[in-house]
Amino acid sequence: MRLTLEFGGGLELLCDSEKIHKVNVDLPNGAAAADDFTMKHLLSWVRTNLIKERPEMFMKGDTVRPGVLVLVNDCDWELSGQLDTTIEEKDVIVFISTLHGG
Amino acid sequence: MEASEAKSKRAGGSRLCCICNKRRPVLKRPKTLQQICRECFYEVFEEEIHQVIVQNRLFKSGERVAIGASGGKDSTVLAYVLSELNRRHNYGLDLFLLSIDEGITGYRDDSLETVKRNEVQYGLPLQIVSYKDLYGWTMDDIVKMIGLKNNCTFCGVFRRQALDRGATLLKVDKLVTGHNADDIAETVLLNILRGDIARLSRCTSITTGEDGPIPRCKPFKYTYEKEIVMYAYFKKLDYFSTECIYSPNAYRGFAREFIKDLERLRPRAILDIIKSGEDFRIATTTKMPEQGTCERCGYISSQKWCKACVLLEGLNRGLPKMGIGRPRGSVNGDNKHTKAGSTAKSIESKQCGSLDF
Repeated sequence: MRLTLEFGGGLELLCDSEKIHKVNVDLPNGAAAADDFTMKHLLSWVRTNLIKERPEMFMKGDTVRPGVLVLVNDCDWELSGQLDTTIEEKDVIVFISTLHGG
Repeated sequence: MEASEAKSKRAGGSRLCCICNKRRPVLKRPKTLQQICRECFYEVFEEEIHQVIVQNRLFKSGERVAIGASGGKDSTVLAYVLSELNRRHNYGLDLFLLSIDEGITGYRDDSLETVKRNEVQYGLPLQIVSYKDLYGWTMDDIVKMIGLKNNCTFCGVFRRQALDRGATLLKVDKLVTGHNADDIAETVLLNILRGDIARLSRCTSITTGEDGPIPRCKPFKYTYEKEIVMYAYFKKLDYFSTECIYSPNAYRGFAREFIKDLERLRPRAILDIIKSGEDFRIATTTKMPEQGTCERCGYISSQKWCKACVLLEGLNRGLPKMGIGRPRGSVNGDNKHTKAGSTAKSIESKQCGSLDF
């Protein structure tokens, strides 16, 4: 599944200082169809494949660290069920950290 | 059919914005749990801040106001929103950007570039004041001397004064900073954790320092950090976002972590903590420090010497622990001792800034 992932608010430093990543994600074996692919799976994939250092800055347990905002197609993931949000081909997912000086 | 239903459900299409009932919601407000669209978000965000400004009578027409600008998310959004509201509602303010250069390589030099861009983008004149000029020390120098603990104590104390001195240079009547609701809730907790009753009683005031050189206020007092970031994101505002390299060792980090966990469970907690802070009453039997002025530089102080003078003295004498922590007896126990011996000698240290209050 082809997706665009963006990292902001300092998170890019965890991914080789690249803000935008165009990726091709393999569906996990457990997912019977593309409909089953959720943010939960994606986060796990990101942690394994894109986060090169200090994973605790990005995730806490199964979900993102508190203070990291997630937008799916420019829409707050709190509206679409957070971890249960289904992800589709060509989606744009943005992760913004708020944990820095203002 | 299932797929398209699922898609529209996912995008929140089955629900519409709570306010306009026309557009697709893009954000769930932590303050109210409402689901709102982009345009309504801009409106409520800006209108709420306008109401905070009006109801708390933060400004008077004709005032010169300096915005403490670091190039970070809060101060950038503050500069943008304040200039917009100033125009829209005719506050009649003369706005300036005031930036402090603490001399932290790889952090401050980058964020200052952002403020310089903000100066152009928002058309607000910029003044930069540096620790090097004011105190003769950059934060990098200070950390080299004192190590990685207590850095924020030095920086915070010096910055507060630096802002006042910058404000005096600009001849402004007032200072505004971008402290948001999350920051203030953290501060309330921090002061409780440390038993700092004096600060606890002051830290939720929206305007402080009215009896000092320059009053300062916090229009974002009730504004959630999440909304500030989302506003900046949707409006594509240019801001700098890296953590200060010395901050991982700061005690505030614990309060922040806790507040963020709390917010996840019950977003209203942040505003409720602020309310608790506002409604605290100190027992009349509690001894509170009295406010006077620093004998060395004239800045407001509850001790004989203000904290900045104490810290600076420590740095210049190679005594990095001076002014840090709480010695037995009075808070300025150290200070009395060194002052007695220093009157006859000339001190190599610079006077605390070149301006006396």
